[in-house]
Amino acid sequence: MIEYNRFVLDNGLRVLVHEDHSTPMAVVNLMYDVGARDENPAKTGFAHLFEHLMFGGSVHIPNYDEPLQRAGGENNAYTTNDLTNYYCQLPAENIETAFWLESDRMLSLAFGAKSLSVQKKVVIEEFKEHYINKPYGDVWHKMRELAYKVHPYRWMTIGKELSHVENANIDDVKAFFFKHYRPVNAILVVAGHVQLEKIKQLAEKWFGDIPMGEKYERHLPAEPQQTEARRSEVYAKVPVDAFIKTWHMDARLDKGYYATELLTEILGGGGSSRLYQALVKEQKLFSGLDVHHFGSTDKGLLAIEGRLVNGITLEAAEKAVDEELEKIQALPVNEAELQKVKNKTESMIAFEDMSVMNRANSLATYELLGDAELMNTELQKYQDVTIAEIQQYSREIFRKENSNTLFYHSK
Amino acid sequence: MIPNRKSAPEIIDAVNLQLELKPYESFTLDNGVPVYTVNGGEQEVLMIELVFFAGNWYEEKNIVAATTNYMLKNGTKQKNAFAINEHFEFYGAYLNRSCYNETATLTLHCLNKHLTELLPAVAEVLTESIFPEEELVIYKQNQKQRLEINLKKCDFIANRLIDEYVYGLHHPYGKYTSTVDYEELQRADLVDFYKRMYTDGKCILFAAGKLPADLGDQLNKVFGQLPLNRNSLADVQYNLDPAITKKNHIINDPEGVQGAIRIARPFPNRHHPDFSKVQFLNNIFGGFFGSRLMTNIREDKGYTYGIHSHLQNHIHTSAWVVSTEAGRDVCEATVEEVYKEMAVLCKEPVGEEELDLVRNYMIGSLIGDLDGPFQVIARWKNYILNGVTDAYFYSSVETVKTVTAEELRALAQKYLDPMAFYELVVV
Repeated sequence: MIEYNRFVLDNGLRVLVHEDHSTPMAVVNLMYDVGARDENPAKTGFAHLFEHLMFGGSVHIPNYDEPLQRAGGENNAYTTNDLTNYYCQLPAENIETAFWLESDRMLSLAFGAKSLSVQKKVVIEEFKEHYINKPYGDVWHKMRELAYKVHPYRWMTIGKELSHVENANIDDVKAFFFKHYRPVNAILVVAGHVQLEKIKQLAEKWFGDIPMGEKYERHLPAEPQQTEARRSEVYAKVPVDAFIKTWHMDARLDKGYYATELLTEILGGGGSSRLYQALVKEQKLFSGLDVHHFGSTDKGLLAIEGRLVNGITLEAAEKAVDEELEKIQALPVNEAELQKVKNKTESMIAFEDMSVMNRANSLATYELLGDAELMNTELQKYQDVTIAEIQQYSREIFRKENSNTLFYHSK
Repeated sequence: MIPNRKSAPEIIDAVNLQLELKPYESFTLDNGVPVYTVNGGEQEVLMIELVFFAGNWYEEKNIVAATTNYMLKNGTKQKNAFAINEHFEFYGAYLNRSCYNETATLTLHCLNKHLTELLPAVAEVLTESIFPEEELVIYKQNQKQRLEINLKKCDFIANRLIDEYVYGLHHPYGKYTSTVDYEELQRADLVDFYKRMYTDGKCILFAAGKLPADLGDQLNKVFGQLPLNRNSLADVQYNLDPAITKKNHIINDPEGVQGAIRIARPFPNRHHPDFSKVQFLNNIFGGFFGSRLMTNIREDKGYTYGIHSHLQNHIHTSAWVVSTEAGRDVCEATVEEVYKEMAVLCKEPVGEEELDLVRNYMIGSLIGDLDGPFQVIARWKNYILNGVTDAYFYSSVETVKTVTAEELRALAQKYLDPMAFYELVVV
């Protein structure tokens, strides 16, 4: 049970405070309700580029990192398709420094030309390092484009292409900032060795006078239900063939999400999972296999991907995957198998919650989803999943017409 | 309250904050295996790590140590690989294994309530592993394939080569794996290594988390009767065989759009009197986000997504390494800037403001690093394996608080000599 208090400033900033006096540190986590899904299709990669710019100086403070480091703090940030999150940790005595820094960059960035030109280059190198200069680096670019025709999940957070990042200009930056980086679109979580009353004062003092901004109303095009199987083939200079197949699944708050998460674990979580045992160990078709899902706010994808053993054809690999998926649809999983993945989930949550930073991050994520209290009720939702539901969702998900298959050939 | 946004709030210098390395508790099992524990945390979870002196330092044939370690979970007399995995996964536990240079570990993470069911299964893999031939065949095939893929990556190639240059291909810190090594690997090699280094090997045990009161009894019952720690460890020594050529530029992928840059020099281990001070100097140079390399090469020039320098955490001897992946067309310029930053550190004393910042940053980061029982035991494990005590911790902290600009400049002049560095660019 994670305890916390919640209050809202007049300008709409939601604040959550989670006290834990077993640590000498404080965590300040600021989450903005904007991700790559909110980008203009002609200017993708912008939410992430913007995250870099948030460190390029704000209206009163030329450099974000230096004063934080001087106060003994460390920070980082990440952007997903759904959200952007900034977090720092510092000795609790110096927490006001974090309020000063975070509130100033919410008030306004400095919008310096140099920061933009340098960070464009940095992000381009990041793009190259992770998605171009690595074997199979473009797999997910291609898969997203295959699986989504309308919804903005069709591009990666890093952006659809380098030119989108290259073309970003300072007007885009300003417009994006004042649209999304307003108190009314943000959630502040303060955790660790802190006192609620003191945090209330600090929040009011540093964030209270920032103009509310306009609540961002998201009107994203829903991805229409897929009605026929899609396939694509790629030929690339990689040493071995790779297989990747995805299916559309429920959104984060839909009922089927929990069953799907457990289904994913049953199929591919760990050395005793079904696909690992059947396809890597027994049939020796894949040298490695991964089953995962997006965990995204809007309808995501469940994915099975793996690299083939030399000499195995992609067709044979796909047939074997299909056979396993037919099994799980035809026959109910057994009690112990379901209990196993529930136990794993319980354990995973317990280990995640060890760190104050993770707890702060989770509180912000759940608050953004609509209710921080979800953090305390999630485990029960997994516990409540039944054998029948696993079967029901496996039948719903693994329909042929719901699938996207990518054959990644070694050329 | 109207905030004054123009000036920073008052801070307490992190160097003035209380800094304590929580002491471990220790006891010895009946067979002489030492156990170190750190009790703490709110969640009902714990970790138990068994450290064996079974790293590649002690192997006679390449990758025997790593393969033995990996295959601990691939079959015992009673359970096949699937059953072993299923047992741990059913209880939501993680049994991980890792192979390093001197040591190899087996680590259990679990919820407290399942510990009793899990400990005997850990002992089973230490005493009854059989290394099935069929499992070995699968492992070799999949590892060879993974290697083939990794060999396409410039950073992977660069990491292998730079270690080879510094230590030599026949030193445990410098050697790496080839496809041939996998082909030559025999089941008998593993069985033999396992018997000597695990079943009859030398072991140290670490435990942390919200520890049950009867942990000592449980550990003694399960591990205290095993034939561990009877033999003293063989004293194996290796000669360093550093490369003659200092500069290497390699094209691994003609179409590559980035180059992996490594610039490294040999450096003594943490018993050397300069170690702590150089660690401080390293922070200024390339050890954190606000370092000189990062500020210049990423934040000013945008040549790379990240550039770092570090002292390798080896027990016997070490190296000081700069590493980055930079745009192909700016690799030369990046290398040049690294040397420029070395020269500046040799020439100009670090200013007071920067010194203070790095002191505070390092202390703050240390307080954060010591937050929680897993973090504390990890530090103790590192100290114990490196043969240092809490005196090392407190003297390092003292160094952070008191090292002077002149001392740092002298150390820069002593160690940051471009002629002493190997330079490698792999495209």
